[in-house]
Amino acid sequence: MSSPLATAHASRAPRPDAPHASRLSSEDLSHDEILRYSRHLIIPDVGLSGQKKLKAARVLLIGAGGLGSPLALYLAAAGVGNIGLVDFDVVDFTNLQRQILHGTKDVGRPKLDSARDRITDINPFVKLTTYETVLTSENALEIIKDYDIVIDGTDNFPTRYLVNDACVILGKPNVYGSIFRFEGQASVFATESGPCYRCLFPEPPPPGLVPSCAEGGVLGVLPGLIGTIQATEAIKLILGIGEPLIGRLLLVDALGARFRTVKLRKDPECPACGTHEITRLIDYQEFCGVPQANAEAKRDRELPEITPAELAERQKAGDDFDLIDVREPHEWDIARIPGARLIPLGVFPEKLAELDGKRDIVVHCRSGVRSAKAVRQLQGAGFARVWNLAGGILRWSDEVDPSVPKY
Amino acid sequence: MPATLFLPAVLAKFADGKELTAEGTTVGEVVAGVATRFPALAPRLRDAQGNPYPFVTFYLNDEDIRFQGGFAAAVKDGDELTVVPAIAGG
Repeated sequence: MSSPLATAHASRAPRPDAPHASRLSSEDLSHDEILRYSRHLIIPDVGLSGQKKLKAARVLLIGAGGLGSPLALYLAAAGVGNIGLVDFDVVDFTNLQRQILHGTKDVGRPKLDSARDRITDINPFVKLTTYETVLTSENALEIIKDYDIVIDGTDNFPTRYLVNDACVILGKPNVYGSIFRFEGQASVFATESGPCYRCLFPEPPPPGLVPSCAEGGVLGVLPGLIGTIQATEAIKLILGIGEPLIGRLLLVDALGARFRTVKLRKDPECPACGTHEITRLIDYQEFCGVPQANAEAKRDRELPEITPAELAERQKAGDDFDLIDVREPHEWDIARIPGARLIPLGVFPEKLAELDGKRDIVVHCRSGVRSAKAVRQLQGAGFARVWNLAGGILRWSDEVDPSVPKY
Repeated sequence: MPATLFLPAVLAKFADGKELTAEGTTVGEVVAGVATRFPALAPRLRDAQGNPYPFVTFYLNDEDIRFQGGFAAAVKDGDELTVVPAIAGG
């Protein structure tokens, strides 16, 4: 097949930072590069011409997190000449279990800084352009327009629809990957003939229905599996070889060790790639119901609250009250507040009858979100003296008892 | 007409496994049967009116049911139905 990138950019200016670059045109390979890419060059399907295509390619990675890590590492190692990286986050300890672009020494640094260090170490021939910003409807087209391929390594629905629509509008292939716990999905959207993300999921789920990795967890290896599939797809598109995942959705079940593909069709009614009603980027937060969810969260914060310090004070004074923990049993095993009783939120409605409405009740969870829901249930059932522990067990650890681990 | 319904892990916890056998002559009947057996799963497969959500896609033998009549798509003995919900983690 011919490469979808056949029309990609003409010759490029030599880069002074690369060895021997000054006397070579940008798509020629130096002796150092020929040695470095030896194992590609001896594959007939790649060869010198393929490696030059990789060097000339311009690939934009949205997100330098779980998926972005293997993507950046492997695409840089493979010799993709121009890599753009969009991220605004700083490295956190909870990232290190899967985000192998960043190390322990990088905690607290911007992810783009640690990414630059790693990528430069892996392959100094790569020209890396970083964008330390949230991708928005205002900047997406401007950033994406300079690239041949976009790879979606984001972690939320609004940005996924934004990336999709921007790719459809600009005619850029969108290499998609998404993960949760032990399972993942991958596909190639927004090619000229293929379907787009909206053909698969016309609308996002309401906020809160589908837990994020931060809420539900993810196996550290899983972004490695899906990210390397995305990297493979990007390289296939650049080289114009193989059968890309266009019109197919790959479903990966790591626990079952099962890979399955289902067929995706381009929806003629799709407002993005079908009818082309979407001619400019919209408000994706609004589209995904985020403002409404934020308003609900704000209402939750207006519920009666108690701070960790106030709770500790009440416990110290020997006050008579019930402390209810609405987290899951596996979270209870990690950390707990002394004196608490576990009633997971899922079984809370059926346990309401066991609670004494005449006593003061303090409810807590990990961060205060789930316990707010429990407080609402209690209020709805007529309980008058109920408080939500502000900030949950995380803030309890910060402000009262650092011996309680945070997770 | 027994068909096999494949659930992702995120939904399987509301049923008794990732692979369910269910009877029905249409996808809608298979889904309704499973929804009756597993009430906690029901609102995650379809809305209160029994219609599919735009963020949960069903594949009948790897083909998107939206192009085969949606929940009215006919199910044959031994067919495989795969449920694919939107996930956003990265």
